[in-house]
Amino acid sequence: MSRKEQGEPRPVVWESGIEIQPVYDAADVQVSGGLDAVGEPGRFPFTRGIHPRMYRQRPWTMRQYSGFGTAAETHERFLYLIRNGQTGLNVAFDLPTQCGLDSDDPLATGEVGRVGMAVDSLADMEEAFADIDLNRITVSLTINGAAAAIMAMYFAMARKRGYPLSELRGTAQNDILKEFIGRGTWIYPVAESVRLVGDTMEFCARHVPRYSPVSVCGYHIRESGATPAEEMAYGLAIARAYIDHALERGLAVDEFAKGISFNFDIHGNLWEQVAKFRAGRRLWARILKEEYGAENPRSMQMRMIAGGGGGGLTIEEPENNITRGATYAMASALSGTQTMALCSYDEAYTIPSEHAALLSLRTMQILMLETGLCDTVDPLAGSWFVETTTNQMERKILEIMERVEEEGGIVQAVAEGRVQAEVNRHAYLREQQIRAGEVKKVGVNCCKSDDAAATREVEFHPYRAEEAEKQIARLEKVRTERDAGEVAAALEQVRRAAAAGENVMPSIIDAVEIYATVGEVCGALRSVFGDYQEPVRF
Amino acid sequence: MSVDRARSREERRLKVLVAKPGLDGHDVGAKIVCRALRDAGFEVIYTGLRQSPRAIATAALQEDVDAVGLSILSGAHLPLCQAVAAALAEAGIEERVRWFVGGTIPERDHAPLRALGASDIFPTGTDFAEIATAIRRAVEEGQS
Repeated sequence: MSRKEQGEPRPVVWESGIEIQPVYDAADVQVSGGLDAVGEPGRFPFTRGIHPRMYRQRPWTMRQYSGFGTAAETHERFLYLIRNGQTGLNVAFDLPTQCGLDSDDPLATGEVGRVGMAVDSLADMEEAFADIDLNRITVSLTINGAAAAIMAMYFAMARKRGYPLSELRGTAQNDILKEFIGRGTWIYPVAESVRLVGDTMEFCARHVPRYSPVSVCGYHIRESGATPAEEMAYGLAIARAYIDHALERGLAVDEFAKGISFNFDIHGNLWEQVAKFRAGRRLWARILKEEYGAENPRSMQMRMIAGGGGGGLTIEEPENNITRGATYAMASALSGTQTMALCSYDEAYTIPSEHAALLSLRTMQILMLETGLCDTVDPLAGSWFVETTTNQMERKILEIMERVEEEGGIVQAVAEGRVQAEVNRHAYLREQQIRAGEVKKVGVNCCKSDDAAATREVEFHPYRAEEAEKQIARLEKVRTERDAGEVAAALEQVRRAAAAGENVMPSIIDAVEIYATVGEVCGALRSVFGDYQEPVRF
Repeated sequence: MSVDRARSREERRLKVLVAKPGLDGHDVGAKIVCRALRDAGFEVIYTGLRQSPRAIATAALQEDVDAVGLSILSGAHLPLCQAVAAALAEAGIEERVRWFVGGTIPERDHAPLRALGASDIFPTGTDFAEIATAIRRAVEEGQS
């Protein structure tokens, strides 16, 4: 007889493969590994959070992902978000910029300024951040393939405005390994791409020590279909690959590890997210201390942005996404994140409208100011259920990491397309479960409105071709006004440094300072490194 | 023309090229549809990311496919489909190869896409069986 016939409830199993009991007690915690690793907030192994007072001391930073059209338009949106209480910026770049192409490249046709801000030269960077106090508002650059060029532009812009690099704070995403798994804005082959991440880490460790040059993204791996346990495991494996690379350059672990931060996804089961973050924080601390011999506690602290993932949102009945977003933000706060961002309710299908972006910001503000989520540190600690599942999640994550290691490490797994195929297999299974109604999505496969208004045509962010033309005209103006001979010589230096295996960052900064473009800098690197050939697997 | 093509539809599997034109890196949907079509009995070839319209047309010609599915989530579907349609025509296969578009495609762009030559449009969430049926039907209609 099946369980159903016997009147037993269906088993509850998390995506990560952990079976959940109807009731937990103290014995379950003991069996799963006990409470020894819970510790105190702000102390190793940081299960309860990286700061002793967490949100009592400093509430989470709110940093919505934004940017579209030209630098001028993006600048307007930035000012709007700051006026409304946003405390950090998270910059979206358009696809040509992300792929290292100038706006007048034939491949950029129809894409300039569409999904983010178009940046061709330092002039765009200057305009986007004009009058924004870079000490008060920390800026996160969502850039990967073209990260070296865009970071160089940000540094050049900051320096020109009088911010010494030695004091400059901020974050670049700059996690190229996950781009090969999901998101897809790679440019160069895998090994050369990892080398460039190493160049930025080394440069920042030596010259921009307060800057976080790498934000390892489990987020996009999860969005591509990975389970929460895989998201954390692959993220940690990728972070370890960057550490190994930096160590090979002779940097000491405590010189650069604090510059590695994380970006995670939140959607799906709330408790599974909480367990994922608490376990992940603990694992990161142990890896740094026990495997790499870090001594500075800051090297062991998993700092993270964790936000509501687009993967949980639906194009059907889009206003339901506002409610989903609130629960994701709550999971994020209960998990002790440092920075929060929420996908807006219309983000399943378009660039968020101003209204939708504001609603996301308001959601986070309501949680912060009205609900008591900041009252005390790690409020779920000590729960038999939460501590048991944190222990179980830790083991799951470790198992996946060990498997990756046994199979040759994450860099090789990514280069061969094995991680991609595995993640995609999960994505397909999940999609089949949703379509079969086994996994519930309100408004999609259950609880659907027959109200025509609920399924009405959704609003799309308008694309204005004349803005693209404006951007191209601006680029042409930059090209005519600069010293062509100087720029050519600077680009030659970039090529030379790339070929000689030297750190390319100083020569890229020199080049972008005199208005060499993103396309030219990435082109110079491409002429040495070649292009990535995607292992096409599904 | 291959020997395969001369045989009746029932005897051979339909061959579909799934392609990602433009710079958009969101390929979860494209790969899921690849798997779904494979499970539905199609022979599926996936191009990978960032394919130029010309490269897509060349692959369609060389692989002798019956249909091309374009997956676009960046919003750039109109200019990209226009370019792919032109490239298919340039390769001389616009009559024999049916093409389809999937992704975040608003209702109001369906008519312009059909005017460009799209056989059908599959917005996010379209049933897999519906996609398979629509491709089969369009290919058969093209043959008759």
